[in-house]
Amino acid sequence: MNKPVQPMLDTSPRVSDEIRQTTCYMCACRCGINVHMKSGKVAYIEGNRNHPVNQGVLCAKGSAGIMQINAPSRLKKPLKRVGPRGSGAFEEIEWDEALEIATGHLKRLRDEAPEKMAFFTGRDQSQSFTGFWAQAYGTPNYAAHGGFCSVNMAAGGIYTIGGAFWEFGQPDWDRAKLFMIFGVAEDHDSNPIKMGLGKLKARGAKVIGVNPIRSGYNAIADEWVGITPGTDGLFILSLAHELLKAGKVDLDYLARFTNAPVLLNEDPGGPEHGLFLRDKDGKPLVIDRKTGKQVAFDKKGIQPDLAGHFRKAGKTYRTVFQHMAERYLSDDYAPENVAERCGVPAEQIRRIAAELAHVAFEEAFELPIEWTDFRGDKHKTMTGRPVAMHAMRGISAHANGFQTARALHVLQILLGTVEVPGGFRFKPPYPKPPEAHPKPHAGHAPGKPLDGPHLGYPLGPEHLLLDDDGTPKRIDKAFSWENPMSAHGLMHMVISNAHAGDPYKIDTLFMFMANMSWNSSMNTEGVMKMLTDKDENGDYVIPNIIYSDAYASEMVAYADLVLPDTTYLERHDCISLLDRPICEADAIADSIRWPVIEPDRDVRGFQSVLIDLGVRLGLPGFVDEDGKAIYKDYADYMVNHQRRPGVGPLAGWRGKDGKGVGRGEPNPKQLERYIENGGFFVHHMPEEAAYYKPWNKAYQDWAVEVGLFDAPSPYVFNLYSEPLRKFQLAAEGHGDRQPPEHLRERLRETMDPMPIWYPSADGLSSAPGGASSSDNDERAQASEEFPVHALTQRPMAMYHSWGTQNAWLRQLHGKNPLYLPTKLWEQHGFKDGDFARVTSPHGSITVPVAHHAALNSNTIWTWNAIGKRKGAWALAEDAPEATKGFLLNHIIHELMPPRGDGLRWANSDPVTGQAAWFDLKVKIERADPPPEESQPQFPPIKSPVGRGPKNLAWKVGK
Amino acid sequence: MTQLPTSTERSLGLVIDLDTCVGCHACVISCKGWNTENYGAPLSDIDAYGANPHGTFLNRVHAYEVQPETGPAQTVHFPKSCLHCEDAPCVTVCPTGASYKRVEDGIVLVNEDDCIGCGLCAWACPYGARELDQLAGVMKKCTLCVDRIYNENLPEEDRVPSCVRTCPAGARHFGDLADPDSDVSKLVAERGGMDLMPELGTKPVNKYLPPRPRDRDDNIDILAPFLDPVIEEPTGFLGWLDKALGTVSGGKTDKKGAS
Repeated sequence: MNKPVQPMLDTSPRVSDEIRQTTCYMCACRCGINVHMKSGKVAYIEGNRNHPVNQGVLCAKGSAGIMQINAPSRLKKPLKRVGPRGSGAFEEIEWDEALEIATGHLKRLRDEAPEKMAFFTGRDQSQSFTGFWAQAYGTPNYAAHGGFCSVNMAAGGIYTIGGAFWEFGQPDWDRAKLFMIFGVAEDHDSNPIKMGLGKLKARGAKVIGVNPIRSGYNAIADEWVGITPGTDGLFILSLAHELLKAGKVDLDYLARFTNAPVLLNEDPGGPEHGLFLRDKDGKPLVIDRKTGKQVAFDKKGIQPDLAGHFRKAGKTYRTVFQHMAERYLSDDYAPENVAERCGVPAEQIRRIAAELAHVAFEEAFELPIEWTDFRGDKHKTMTGRPVAMHAMRGISAHANGFQTARALHVLQILLGTVEVPGGFRFKPPYPKPPEAHPKPHAGHAPGKPLDGPHLGYPLGPEHLLLDDDGTPKRIDKAFSWENPMSAHGLMHMVISNAHAGDPYKIDTLFMFMANMSWNSSMNTEGVMKMLTDKDENGDYVIPNIIYSDAYASEMVAYADLVLPDTTYLERHDCISLLDRPICEADAIADSIRWPVIEPDRDVRGFQSVLIDLGVRLGLPGFVDEDGKAIYKDYADYMVNHQRRPGVGPLAGWRGKDGKGVGRGEPNPKQLERYIENGGFFVHHMPEEAAYYKPWNKAYQDWAVEVGLFDAPSPYVFNLYSEPLRKFQLAAEGHGDRQPPEHLRERLRETMDPMPIWYPSADGLSSAPGGASSSDNDERAQASEEFPVHALTQRPMAMYHSWGTQNAWLRQLHGKNPLYLPTKLWEQHGFKDGDFARVTSPHGSITVPVAHHAALNSNTIWTWNAIGKRKGAWALAEDAPEATKGFLLNHIIHELMPPRGDGLRWANSDPVTGQAAWFDLKVKIERADPPPEESQPQFPPIKSPVGRGPKNLAWKVGK
Repeated sequence: MTQLPTSTERSLGLVIDLDTCVGCHACVISCKGWNTENYGAPLSDIDAYGANPHGTFLNRVHAYEVQPETGPAQTVHFPKSCLHCEDAPCVTVCPTGASYKRVEDGIVLVNEDDCIGCGLCAWACPYGARELDQLAGVMKKCTLCVDRIYNENLPEEDRVPSCVRTCPAGARHFGDLADPDSDVSKLVAERGGMDLMPELGTKPVNKYLPPRPRDRDDNIDILAPFLDPVIEEPTGFLGWLDKALGTVSGGKTDKKGAS
């Protein structure tokens, strides 16, 4: 036997020369990171313990950032297309030439027809800046990726409670005792949910996961509800039914803080039917229980009556709450009557309702914090109702997702658990009701800036963006009768509409960070054709495409001009309060990125390039009266731009003395202060402001003080949404602005001011209305032919396509089998190594399968965006991502199947236009013999950056 | 053949909570990052951008499905790295003495200078916790971040293994399992912490906390009264509401404010 002599070990080796603290961008979560440097190179990345988002922890993506900045897929230099579009044949050019080409197109269009330049950004974290640029340019055609991501979640929340999940708010992780998580794959938001679940688990709180797929967060849920896709709204309304029937609703909260007591006009057929009764100042009226009189809802000292009603001049007025009770007490929502459609047993629905009631009301508690509400009424304590909820794309990426998101917020409101201890809490600058948001604008003229911000929240038909003849003003038809409340635009319809010339043709498509010829589009093969299609003159139907990306993505091959962006460690960015900040429920917070390393390639941060283009074009806000540049680059803009006097992109260390919080003159030392503080700024609110924010005087005053808004703006929650009712009234024939006949019935049914549920599945049994009975027969038949739901999820360790070129992450998820539940696995006699042919009404794919038992028995799924096109991302052409990986996108169309009416019906939510990714239904069969590779395959793209090295042994220190 | 110490002063190890692990792989990649840059040879990646990428990892997360007799199937995420066994077969099998168990803290390490890359230890380890680095030709395994936990160049709170520091869900705990009063020992006692394959007699130091029971509905009877209907039919709603409102009016409002 060797008796080992323990070697002398240095247990205190030097860790690094220096730590540079910045903000992660391996996904959209925006954690703080410590970048350890050795000899000027990145040696190791860990979480920043002081950072409000991640408090030191870091996910797999974040730690793998070191493999992103050495990725062989990084673009190196501007590229000009020399072969046919889609071939990937480019020549490298200098930046001056690239910017001259871009300026040439942009200048010509700005002077002649700015609407023919469409500017769409993908997973852009600088939307307040890119939007500002697009507004100065003057095109009405600008949006980011929200329309194909989760606008239903955002809009459903804003119209109901003035905020939504993730960036808008968070569960009270420290006080919740029962947590329900709906339709969250493994992301949005990444680390905070895991940290929160860890806190709940450490306390033994109960977690209920509602998701057809039991992976990730749902795997550790104490109870799993393996719901049928697209039926969450029905399940939620059934819970509401049970709670109402048992009287387990928070009447005091409903009366004080919501529009439940507001009186509704019940004059059938009248032009104000279903609108609020208002006083001469326009304030909604309630009946005061103490006096029996009709008074403005916000009058001091009143007790708004939930049961109020009266008749006047032959018209009846009753409260919102009575209408809601009537609807949801109906047996239509009884657990027995929804169980089969939801795939959830009635007993389970009833028991979960009981648990919600038990925890909200029997485990309620008081925090001894005094506060004053907006009516001036003083409260000695804050009542906690420890039920918290969170939801994301799983419930929203359906054609009924807007109403489902509304239903979920209504459920939370009935329990009195929004903005109370233990419940759901807003993160500043939210709460912010629809009235406090901008209205959408599309007023354009040659050589002029747009007449206002592009995106916003319409409050009625008067805010739609339509020409006098009713034609949509925007290329994506956002804010038209097809999808009136499309608050984030419809990026997924831009290429399809531009190709069809519906509503008009465009000249130049300018995109940033959006892989539209691959995983970010429905009908991927069709989109590739649209991008390469030529007209009768032999010119491309979409004449010019300018694209900016940091990596050799599939979309690069379809651009005429490529502006190479930097990686996230090589750039300036600001995660701004003007945009989608990183605030916590108790604090405002924002952060920056700064170049912790310099690029080793001829690339430039896209935002600085936009500033350069703004100067070349002489855009207002980018040049002064003499035509000289106002900002040198994006870093200069971050410090010196003022959106309102004293309010700019960054809230911290403002003013000459650097002491301003939220307000103050630009401070030339501001970025240095951020860097000294770890790349972020955080400022906490007083304790008495931390809950009841929409109604809490202390919060409202604090929000004004730090510049979130300029005057206190309290409001009540919209159980009943009057803006929806206004669109419905138009559909019923009231008002000057009338929808086209073919949309009238659909609008009447889907713009319901109280949450509804309707089936939604790839146009087979889609939104009610707009369909004849023969259509319905056809759909029933199609539903039988394509009986299986098909979904995607993002893995926690990878995000979209960004992770694929990462040498470490692709070893975790290099393939994406199609997972089948036991029933289908056995029914078709599948075994390991098999392929399945999966067919939707739009096409077929043939892909590898695997068995997954913890799955809704009628649902199949796969990981999103693992599949890659050969030649992209600097991967070998025989990489498993290209040979075995696949996309479901090929069998999801951006349009519904034709209905014989000659119209193009979008596969989107009829309220918001959100892409209905998860409405996909398919049939499945065993592929015998199996193909060598997943199908379809496309010709390899010529890589503009070559291939990566064979092996890696990455150690930067000696 | 290499001898194990007869006893160690401490038994440092990990306690991994399978009730909380969401399977995110954060520990896997953080470990890869730290240990590529630090202890010994870098953890290499073969065919990094090609058809069969495979690299060296000291920690991997596996996912298993469990089908209970009643109720829906469950998914369990199972992170696995060296368990720093008391009777470590990987040490006794080593022909050169390169594998050894430290007397002061029980950490099992490989002295890469003496490792000949024969792979016997990986064969002897019943847990598959060792991987031969194909570029360096030496055996790699979890070091429990021996170059972090005593590292005076790190702030004290960071002197834990990289996987523990990074775990977003807080599912990984580090400490001395030989000390019954340590936090990890208490956690093991409270939550019924278990050895992995105890029948093999390797006496692993690392412990796993089992998942709590899932999908149980045994509290249904207790909860049933909470849903006793107060409204038998929709028309009864107003009467109930009127009565109920009488009891909530004013609520907890300060009398002065309400008047």
